[in-house]
Amino acid sequence: MNNSKVLIYDGSFNGFLTTIFVAFEEKVTVSQIQKETVCQSGLFSETQTVLTQVDKAKRVWNGIQKKSNSALKNIYFAFQSESQDVELLLYRYICKLFTHETSIAYDYSDGVVLKISQLAKSVGREKHRMEAFVRFQLTKDGIYFANIEPDFDVLPLISKHFRSRYADQYWLIYDVKRKYGIYYDLEKVEIVSLDLFEIHSNSIHKSHKMTANEYDYQDLWNNYFKSTNIKSRINLKLHTQHVPKRYWKYLSEKKQAI
Amino acid sequence: MDFDRIKEKLNILADAAKYDVSCSSSGSKRTNTNKGLGDSSGMGICHSYTEDGRCVSLLKILMTNYCIFDCAYCVTRKSNDIKRAAFKIQEVVDLTINFYRRNYIEGLFLSSGIFKSPDYTMERLIAVAKKLREEENFNGYIHLKSIPGASDELMREAGLYADRLSVNIEVPTISGLKLLAPDKKHEDFTKPMLKVKNEIIQYKSEKKLIRSTPKYAPAGQSTQMIIGATGESDKDIMYSATHYYKNYNMKRVYYSGYVPVAEDIRLPAIGTQVPMLRENRLYQTDWLLRFYGFNVQEILNNNHPNLDIDIDPKLGWALRNLNHFPIDINKADKLMLARVPGIGLKSVHKILNARRFRNLNWEHLKKIGIALNRAKYFILCDSNKWVHRDLDADKIKGMIIQNSAGKFRKEYSTQLELFNSKAV
Ligand code: SF4
Repeated sequence: MNNSKVLIYDGSFNGFLTTIFVAFEEKVTVSQIQKETVCQSGLFSETQTVLTQVDKAKRVWNGIQKKSNSALKNIYFAFQSESQDVELLLYRYICKLFTHETSIAYDYSDGVVLKISQLAKSVGREKHRMEAFVRFQLTKDGIYFANIEPDFDVLPLISKHFRSRYADQYWLIYDVKRKYGIYYDLEKVEIVSLDLFEIHSNSIHKSHKMTANEYDYQDLWNNYFKSTNIKSRINLKLHTQHVPKRYWKYLSEKKQAI
Repeated sequence: MDFDRIKEKLNILADAAKYDVSCSSSGSKRTNTNKGLGDSSGMGICHSYTEDGRCVSLLKILMTNYCIFDCAYCVTRKSNDIKRAAFKIQEVVDLTINFYRRNYIEGLFLSSGIFKSPDYTMERLIAVAKKLREEENFNGYIHLKSIPGASDELMREAGLYADRLSVNIEVPTISGLKLLAPDKKHEDFTKPMLKVKNEIIQYKSEKKLIRSTPKYAPAGQSTQMIIGATGESDKDIMYSATHYYKNYNMKRVYYSGYVPVAEDIRLPAIGTQVPMLRENRLYQTDWLLRFYGFNVQEILNNNHPNLDIDIDPKLGWALRNLNHFPIDINKADKLMLARVPGIGLKSVHKILNARRFRNLNWEHLKKIGIALNRAKYFILCDSNKWVHRDLDADKIKGMIIQNSAGKFRKEYSTQLELFNSKAV
């Protein structure tokens, strides 16, 4: 009798939106939404695999947008958190969104709404951090290259920022953890998947792939960072709160510290 | 480029510039529309933090630390026996561009000791900014320090290239200024401020008529006061700050706890602690004035010339004005909500939104993130439990300090949190 199902999708955001479309259209009682890579079907429920269809995804996207722009942003950001079972949580959030007249995006006294907005906030913070902590190194090919290792999948979220800031230089930002990058060729930003053998974290170890001056500038920056510190006001706790240690290995100003 | 020589200069000239805190990179509107380099239309990004916890968003340096003047509170003063250096114009341009391209900085903060004359010095600062804009097609943030005593024409030109201009008043009272900076006159500071203010107004009105009018200092002007070098009260400082906000359209006034850098009988001895907590209380007050709708007289007046050190200024005000409380969370207007200790502006916003759906109770307020350990003495909500009816100010203060000892102690060590707009 009970039409309760585990829906399986390809892991992409469009895939997820398609899943929402299917769930609504076929009136599925969703017991779980899982990526195909991590799929472990529940014992008692039936599974159904959803094929990504951009037009369906778009309709859901537009539908949400019509309801509330901030809900849309929250959904996208929370999705990028990759947190466990975020899909089901988002599904409930979207159901609420569509069944209420008023926008529920601000109803923080509701558990699901609060959780989604908190997830979105964490992802937002990570996005902001990556905009700050990217450290480009100039390669001999004339590309400004940076490694990052963010807690959440924020590359798609920071692309616009770097595109409008560095419009006149080639750049590539590579996510070490997720093994893909975004590359700008003076015209457009593209997603590139590559598996780098050598991870250029900070630059104690010099690579012949970089221009000769690259390390001079890193040195200058490192020195600048030291001379601008006021010793009588030192506050390392505050320092590490702002610049958590897990990012240090990619920061040129921190290279002597680790 | 001779990197060793540049490194030496950079060490000297960054070291000398670090005491200036009037440095943030937000508030400009310069978008990259020309496929050039950079953009300063956002909130400004802190790219790193020094070990003392201050944000690094700009390359902050002096053009030179040679100076013909002898201001007592300044490391660069003529009588101080230190290494001197000066950047060439092109060197500052190269450093800025190369740091910016690597995403180290949002832009440049350029100040200077005074060599030869104020005008000669100002001209060199302008030359750097002009090169960056016109030759390098640079849209990043530029903050130029106006040299006290520089001419009106130069102030006018500076604003065409810079996002922000500032003159540091440094000493909050005129008598203090006479004592510590005998070479300078009060007008040397206020004249360029007035010029900048008037130019901003004029350019804005012209822009309304002719769209192609260039931008003039789009992020406005700011100033800095050194705190604790002379014996002024918090009231002196905040009244003076209010004066600058009002009469010179300041975007920001910065308060910088004096770091002893000189043996001088007019000043606190070397080794004297930097008054960081006091500095923090001043920033909190500044915040209350600019965003929370407080009047300076409500917080500081003849009966109460100094801020409490053990509690924040909003709590201090609330305890002196218990007759306004308790207020009903589900009915009170925005301004009154913002006056409750433990409720910051973000929480106000959340309360206003959430209470459209239902009446809020303690549980909701806790979830929203209100500091109930402070707020609960001042509010009513959808619950019969109102247990604090008969407490007087001293009792409340005692309980808050006792119950949140850990939290307050944390606040002592993280004074600069306010730069991140923490709730007060
Ligand atoms: S004029 Fe400026 S740089 Fe020179 S001593 Fe005075 S404060 Fe320092």
